[in-house]
Amino acid sequence: MYNYYLTIVLAPLAAAIIAGLAGKKIGRAGAHWVTIVGVGTACLLSMLVLKNLFWGGAEAENISVYTWAVTDGLRMEVGFLVDRLTALMMCVVTFVSLMVHIYTIGYMREDPGYQRFFSYISLFTFAMLMLVMSNNFLQLFFGWEAVGLVSYLLIGFWFKKETAIFANLKAFLVNRVGDFGFLLGIAGVVMFTGSLDYATVFGQAESIAGQNIEVLQGTPWNAMTVICILLFIGAMGKSAQAPLHVWLPDSMEGPTPISALIHAATMVTAGIFMVARMSPLFELSTTALGFVIVIGSITAFFMGLLGIIQNDIKRVVAYSTLSQLGYMTVALGASAYSAAIFHLMTHAFFKALLFLAAGSVIIAMHHEQDIRKMGGIKKYMPITYWTSLVGSLALIGFPGSSGFFSKDLLIEAVRDSHWQGQGAVYWIAYLSVLLGVFITALYTFRMFFLVFHGEERMDAKTKSHLHEPSAVVTVPLILLAIPSAIIGWFTVGPVLFGDYFGDAIFVSESKDIIGHMAHAWHGSLALLTHSVRTPVFWLATCGVIAAWFLYLKRPDIPEMIKTRLSGIYNVLDRKYYFDDLWIKGFAGGGRAIGQFLWKKGDQMIIDDILVNGTARTVVRLAGFVRQIQTGYLYTYAFAMIIGLTALLGWLIWLR
Amino acid sequence: MIGLEHYLTLAAMLFVLSIAGIIVNRRNLILILMCIELMLLAVNFNFIAFSRYLGDETGQIFVFFILTVAAAEAAIGLAILVVLFRNKRSIAVQELNSLKG
Amino acid sequence: MDFSQHLLSILIWLPIIGGAALIAIGDDSDSSSSRAGLMRIVALATSVVTLLFSIGLYVGFDNAATGMQFTEKMPWVDSLNVFYSLGVDGISAPLILLTTFITPLVVISSWDTIKNRSAQYFAAFLILEGLMVGVFSALDALLFYVFWESMLIPMFLIIGIWGGARRVYATLKFFLYTFLGSVLMLVAFIYLYGQTGSFDLFGFMGVPLTLGAQKYIFIAFLLAFAVKVPMWPVHTWLPDAHVEAPTGGSVILAAIMLKMGGYGFVRLSLPIVPDGSEYFSGMMIALSLIAVVYIGFVALMQKDMKKLIAYSSIAHMGFVTLGLFMLWSFDGGMGAGLGITGGLIQMISHGLISGAMFLCVGVLYDRMHSREISDYGGVANTMPVYAAFMVLFAMANAGLPGTSGFVGEFMVIIASFKANFWYAFLAAGTLILGAAYTLWMVKRVIYGEVANDNVAALKDLNSREFIVLAILAVSVLLVGLWPAPLVDMMNVTVEQLIEQVGRSKLWQAAL
Repeated sequence: MYNYYLTIVLAPLAAAIIAGLAGKKIGRAGAHWVTIVGVGTACLLSMLVLKNLFWGGAEAENISVYTWAVTDGLRMEVGFLVDRLTALMMCVVTFVSLMVHIYTIGYMREDPGYQRFFSYISLFTFAMLMLVMSNNFLQLFFGWEAVGLVSYLLIGFWFKKETAIFANLKAFLVNRVGDFGFLLGIAGVVMFTGSLDYATVFGQAESIAGQNIEVLQGTPWNAMTVICILLFIGAMGKSAQAPLHVWLPDSMEGPTPISALIHAATMVTAGIFMVARMSPLFELSTTALGFVIVIGSITAFFMGLLGIIQNDIKRVVAYSTLSQLGYMTVALGASAYSAAIFHLMTHAFFKALLFLAAGSVIIAMHHEQDIRKMGGIKKYMPITYWTSLVGSLALIGFPGSSGFFSKDLLIEAVRDSHWQGQGAVYWIAYLSVLLGVFITALYTFRMFFLVFHGEERMDAKTKSHLHEPSAVVTVPLILLAIPSAIIGWFTVGPVLFGDYFGDAIFVSESKDIIGHMAHAWHGSLALLTHSVRTPVFWLATCGVIAAWFLYLKRPDIPEMIKTRLSGIYNVLDRKYYFDDLWIKGFAGGGRAIGQFLWKKGDQMIIDDILVNGTARTVVRLAGFVRQIQTGYLYTYAFAMIIGLTALLGWLIWLR
Repeated sequence: MIGLEHYLTLAAMLFVLSIAGIIVNRRNLILILMCIELMLLAVNFNFIAFSRYLGDETGQIFVFFILTVAAAEAAIGLAILVVLFRNKRSIAVQELNSLKG
Repeated sequence: MDFSQHLLSILIWLPIIGGAALIAIGDDSDSSSSRAGLMRIVALATSVVTLLFSIGLYVGFDNAATGMQFTEKMPWVDSLNVFYSLGVDGISAPLILLTTFITPLVVISSWDTIKNRSAQYFAAFLILEGLMVGVFSALDALLFYVFWESMLIPMFLIIGIWGGARRVYATLKFFLYTFLGSVLMLVAFIYLYGQTGSFDLFGFMGVPLTLGAQKYIFIAFLLAFAVKVPMWPVHTWLPDAHVEAPTGGSVILAAIMLKMGGYGFVRLSLPIVPDGSEYFSGMMIALSLIAVVYIGFVALMQKDMKKLIAYSSIAHMGFVTLGLFMLWSFDGGMGAGLGITGGLIQMISHGLISGAMFLCVGVLYDRMHSREISDYGGVANTMPVYAAFMVLFAMANAGLPGTSGFVGEFMVIIASFKANFWYAFLAAGTLILGAAYTLWMVKRVIYGEVANDNVAALKDLNSREFIVLAILAVSVLLVGLWPAPLVDMMNVTVEQLIEQVGRSKLWQAAL
């Protein structure tokens, strides 16, 4: 299998290098063929690996590829840990990536940076695979940063656009804030275990949990709590959890295919994956899990609210991504790691689908992204319409769709998780995810109705050109719609309750909520029939009806609400002032500090007072001494005589 | 009887006189040169006086050396003076202050 | 003839002789004459041959050996017991390789950009190369001092003759700063000579010293090395010198001359005055962290590209001193070696990256004669290949894993967490600050719409520039993806160093 793993990783890398360096030579078709073949190979082999692990009964493998460096007893290696968790992620990543590759042929057809784009997304696939297949923290961090790099390059793909290059810098820096915590977390792991290897570290997890670290003098904190929170800060950056979420909506400045691939399906879920991978560590710190769950709930609920007032089609989907990532994080915090990963998988399909469908609309609308200028597109673009409907239903958790299984069980897991006690944390989490269902349905169908139904608000010229894009766009939509619709049916049983993950995810006995739920599991159909009796279903239905009523039936009501509740509207419109906090507060503050230290510290104190001040003092002293230097011969002669006399006097009388 | 002390007194007077000449004089460089000569003469006086007093001829030989050196010195000094005058159009000591710091 | 017996001598004297030959046959003709063409070829040939010889150093270097290798020793000044004594270990060998690697690149990069006195210009670099190799390989304190000081002369000339508008101020500042520091080092050498009767560095390392004497010697060394590194607050000469220096000068200054300071700390301060170093280690760590954070903020606000990179150099060199002086912050176990190795790797990596960054700025400067960030914008539109290199090196500067910039920082941060949480906290701040200042510059220079007509008229890299940057890019990635060969070279020496520094000199001195 070793060769398979190597091929899976290196095929996209090789394709990226070829398309990137020899892009001019191989031409546009060459670039997309070479990358599609590379990623396609990786996708096929990933599925083969998954098949071997799941049906073939193959064991998880932990292989070292090469030694990066060894010093001071610390082995730093590059290697693969392929178990069922990894295999699932590999399949999701490569499949979505492959769809996006194909879709890109249509979406970027007229772009001059065609080859560059393919090179980037192929490179991204490589980086993401390195991340999920890693067997140690060093490589995890490499993949972590490498996907960040590609994300940076892709958000700023249209580098002439001022907003795009602002967004990519912002994305990179906010992610770096997360990485700051992540790297410290890794350093903490090395401090207590002396190793970067997962297996070794997890083996010593109990001993870490038994130790303390004094971050503040005199207040010992549990080492595991500190490490886990630091690691989770990394996840907050990458998976865009509040307050490090600000980069994700702006990242929509990039081309739509990468919004689907990177900022919805794969990269942003790296944080979720990482926490699940680190479950043996997180399980040992209740405090850290509490922190995780609170951050997740805040993100899930409040970011969903923002989705309601957005008018840019991609931003609506972006805020929905934030909110769904919040759901996954809540599940992590509730120790329902497998539910989080399951939702990650279904979300990857339907969110990629929604983004690509949005992209399809955007192409048809000639790069118009404002949903207020759309409407009634249904009859022009039937395939996009139906696939979008599938995606939207999956997103709101309509019974039977893939999103239904993952979200319903996720919420149930949160409801049943009693280990945090019935305190505030529990209620914050449970209410957030529950109310979030209504909000999700509201904003999803608000967008859906505004785009596809109602009166046609676009101008005549656009309308005359409205038609379904070519097959390279619609085929990926259909291919993604299929798993979005049905994958939940037959995977939910084995993945969640069939001990699919085995040793890959560790849950301690007392917190094993999924294991607990497994006793009540009677198959997908039972869940489906049961669903109409849950609040989740009714909340979602209410949301859809509310969307229909507010935005199709009585569009004047939202306007009225907007003016009546302008205070709340403003807060939402300014995104709770988080952007101001980051841009004016931290970035502006940093610049002010820099300016102060430079002008006052370096230029005034060091250069002017100390360095040039010393020089000036010497000059002043010299200026004083030079008064004696008259330049007249007789003064020198006189001085000589005086000196001579003094010397003689000393010789004669004082010796 | 004129003894050693008279010679020494005379030499000292000449020496002090020449020093005063160097210090006090501010107008003429030639005077300074002459004062230097005078200083050397004062030294010569001492040499001869001690030579006679101690009965040692070495002192007188030294006087010859000093006289020759003094002559050479005067020649070079005057030559410098001429060049200086050519450049500066003056030999006034007050105006020669290029060394001023 | 067996070259390996005199390999170090060859590496020192070959470029110096080549440089002297250039001066001898060179004239003041302008760069277009055929004579000048010959000069360039001689210069390139000399530097490349030196590089080839240094490959022999790499091949012949025994990673497992303790102690010095390629040693040479002959009497130099008998009456003072001074020897011409050379040798390398795992600390100096990589630095010598870096020197011989960077010099040909500098020669190529200044191929036709220097218009006047090009023969002398190349000669200065070649002589400088020899002298720098000399510093890294000298095992006799007086020899070390001679190389150390004479190194200043070519650099002084490079900045003073081929520099920018304010070059006189910059050279004076550079010279006075570095000279002032190193004179005190000579005093310390003479004191140690008085104690041991020779200038042998190993003699210095073995001699027992009281804590008082060690403190004074440490301060004398500190002044010499801290200026070179440069550490806060004696760093202000560096931005000025870089701004005024020609591109090649900046490259050598940043890539190699700054390493002299770090090398001095490892080679002299730590083993000769271990207790003095321990006494001051808290202060050194504090200064290093100030360098990382304070300078990071200052770099953010720079308007001049070269100044920005100069400040980023100071911040990165902070990691070197941080890694070295954390040595005493560990109660056994892992950490000390990680810190020192990390610091040493950081030196090599910074040599590659800062050199590349200065070359990148030089490419733009050659075309537009401006270093102001605000004069640029949207360079990627007209120079796409250049932009790719610039982004790569910028990412390396920001310490992205997979590039060499990450390796040292990673090791030092890991080690510093074990030493003290707050060391790591401040040091890891570079993750944010480093990315902020570097990428903000990239955003303003590389991205965006074409800012003005000058940018619109820019031509992309020519093949000469491409080759230089490509070689650096490959090496930056190579070290980043597989630092093992470099780390293996250092491991044994670092272990030995830690063992040596761990032995206090005080009890002997008390006897």
